[in-house]
Amino acid sequence: MKKNLTAWLCLLPALAFLLVFMVYPLVDVFIYSFEEGYNFASQSYFGVGLYNYDYVLHDPYFIQALKNTFIIVIITVPLSTGIALFISLELSNIKLIRDFFQTVYFLPYVTNTLAVGLVFMILFKKTPYSDGLVNILIQFFGGTGVDFIDGPYWAKMFVMCFYTIWIVMPFKILILTSALASVNPMYYKAAKVDGTSSFRTFYKITLPMISPMVFYLVITGFIGAFKAYSDEVALFGTDLNAAGMNTIVGYVYDMLYGNSGGYPSYASAAALILFAIVFTITTINLMVSKKTVFYN
Amino acid sequence: MKIVLEHLTKRFPNRNKKIKDEVVAVSDFNFTIPDGKLVGLLGPSGCGKSTALNLICGLEKPTEGRIYFEDLDVTGLEPEKRGVGLVFQNYALYPHLTVRENIRFPLENLRGEDKLTKEVMEEKVLEAAKLVQIDSLLDRKPNEMSGGQQQRVAIARALVKMPKVLLLDEPLSNLDARLRLQTREEIKRIQTETGITTVFVTHDQEEAMSISDIIVVMKDGVLQQMGKPQEIYDEPINLFVAKFLGTPQINVFEGSVRSEKVYIGESPVMDAKGVGDGDVYVAVRPEGFIVDENGPLACSFINREVMGRDTSVIATNEHFLGENIRAIIPSEEEVVPVDGCVRFSLKPHKVRLFDKIIEERIRTE
Ligand SMILES: Nc1ncnc2c1ncn2[C@@H]1O[C@H](COP(=O)(O)OP(=O)(O)O)[C@@H](O)[C@H]1O
Ligand SMILES: [Mg+2]
Repeated sequence: MKKNLTAWLCLLPALAFLLVFMVYPLVDVFIYSFEEGYNFASQSYFGVGLYNYDYVLHDPYFIQALKNTFIIVIITVPLSTGIALFISLELSNIKLIRDFFQTVYFLPYVTNTLAVGLVFMILFKKTPYSDGLVNILIQFFGGTGVDFIDGPYWAKMFVMCFYTIWIVMPFKILILTSALASVNPMYYKAAKVDGTSSFRTFYKITLPMISPMVFYLVITGFIGAFKAYSDEVALFGTDLNAAGMNTIVGYVYDMLYGNSGGYPSYASAAALILFAIVFTITTINLMVSKKTVFYN
Repeated sequence: MKIVLEHLTKRFPNRNKKIKDEVVAVSDFNFTIPDGKLVGLLGPSGCGKSTALNLICGLEKPTEGRIYFEDLDVTGLEPEKRGVGLVFQNYALYPHLTVRENIRFPLENLRGEDKLTKEVMEEKVLEAAKLVQIDSLLDRKPNEMSGGQQQRVAIARALVKMPKVLLLDEPLSNLDARLRLQTREEIKRIQTETGITTVFVTHDQEEAMSISDIIVVMKDGVLQQMGKPQEIYDEPINLFVAKFLGTPQINVFEGSVRSEKVYIGESPVMDAKGVGDGDVYVAVRPEGFIVDENGPLACSFINREVMGRDTSVIATNEHFLGENIRAIIPSEEEVVPVDGCVRFSLKPHKVRLFDKIIEERIRTE
């Protein structure tokens, strides 16, 4: 008991910080989201209820943001994890140039998001002076160019997903190459002597052994993709609603500080909806992982 | 299945990239492992035992030389085509699979006409598990078992396809002393029961002596001697083999031969018929000493250790190489040092002479 008390006392500063900077704002957001007709200037409101949620859920901008976010999540999380796994496997096969490639693939990670976004814009954007490198290439191979930054929705979404995958890839490759390197080679020797095909070796030995890391990447990938915002700004500028490329976090931001902002209640409601979604998905992830992930 | 090694050599580029010289892990091996025997591959750590084993199973390809299983040249064959089972020091059981799944794993790899039905697999798994007596543990995970049990599972997994050759790489090194003894007997029993040609790698001479039909002693990639355990113990061909086998170690003195007599210092200790004059190493097995108040070999007495059946007499002599002489005598015999000195005579058949330069055995007539 006494030991416990000391432990709690030692934890007190950290707990206090948590309370002030994490729990209090959370509770505050929760309360805001139920206060109807909140007025920033007078800090007053009319009543308590679900009106804010009703408004947000019927706001076409929010629906668009929700749709965009889901598309980004569903496309980029599996694709980036899968491609990263593939690249890591190839990298761990070619031992000689592994170190070199690890640096190359890690470059985007240490490069600023906005800088990478600028490069993507130059690659994809149509301007009065140039069609952009990608379009020039498409036209060179006989296709018709398309404006990826200001053009049709699918083109913008394509660039968005491409960009998101590109940005998250280095971290995933780094994690996966080290996970692969940590698998004891004797398992592969044993498998080889037993005549295990390389696919089966991967599926039955490698994958289960690195499954905790894959799972970690999937769960953080989901959470990260649901919270996407800055990548969108980097590509399409700050007026994401006009571009039709807003995300939930972008919507929350706009509701607070955007041109049409000043509605903390709507922002809070949207934030809590996002929280509910992420919470549900993460819970499902955890449940699935109990069955599939192997912890030694 | 008889295994024939012909001029088998394996060279590795040096792990230390600054050193250009290649490492010769296995150098010109020429010998035959007879069918159905348990062969102990014995040598100090880093002498190339694992490499030799990997060459036999196909995980490594030889730089030079050939390997035959009976008359079939398997040098270029992949491991899975050779029909060998391999057991590792760390068991290498797949930690995420149960014992049953681990043992079944090699069977599930079979494709095409060799493909087995579920029932046949289950039968074979059970058979292998019974052989190593772990059939009650089939649903456990590896980490829920003791090291000895895990090693049995590894052996069952290696045996489930009924390989023609079983290869074990230091299979007992990770077990504690009691389990090591138990598992060692177990391996001997399984080998005798199945009659599979088995190569057993170890750096522990006692282990090799106790379970092998034939021992192959190697050092720095070079084969030193091959033969029955007792033969090698009694007739080591060089000083290294003499010192490597037997605990306590053989006692080595600097000596000389003069007119067909062996001297340690100025004391003539035995006859050496047909041996020319010159300096030699005189190596005496611990059981080769007789406490004898008139014996020629005078040593300063240090201590006596009573070990029940035997007594170790610990002594020293200025011509002795190493720390202390250890002589083992029957415990009934009295040791009475006179002025701190104990005298021995030697049993000639427990004494071996070695050339001082090339350290090879010098035979007496
Ligand atoms: N893959 C390898 N690359 C370079 N050197 C190796 C390799 N495998 C083994 N060696 C070297 O070969 C020698 C024999 O190694 P090994 O067969 O593992 O010995 P043991 O099993 O008897 O301890 C050692 O000097 C070791 O460093
Ligand atoms: Mg070894």
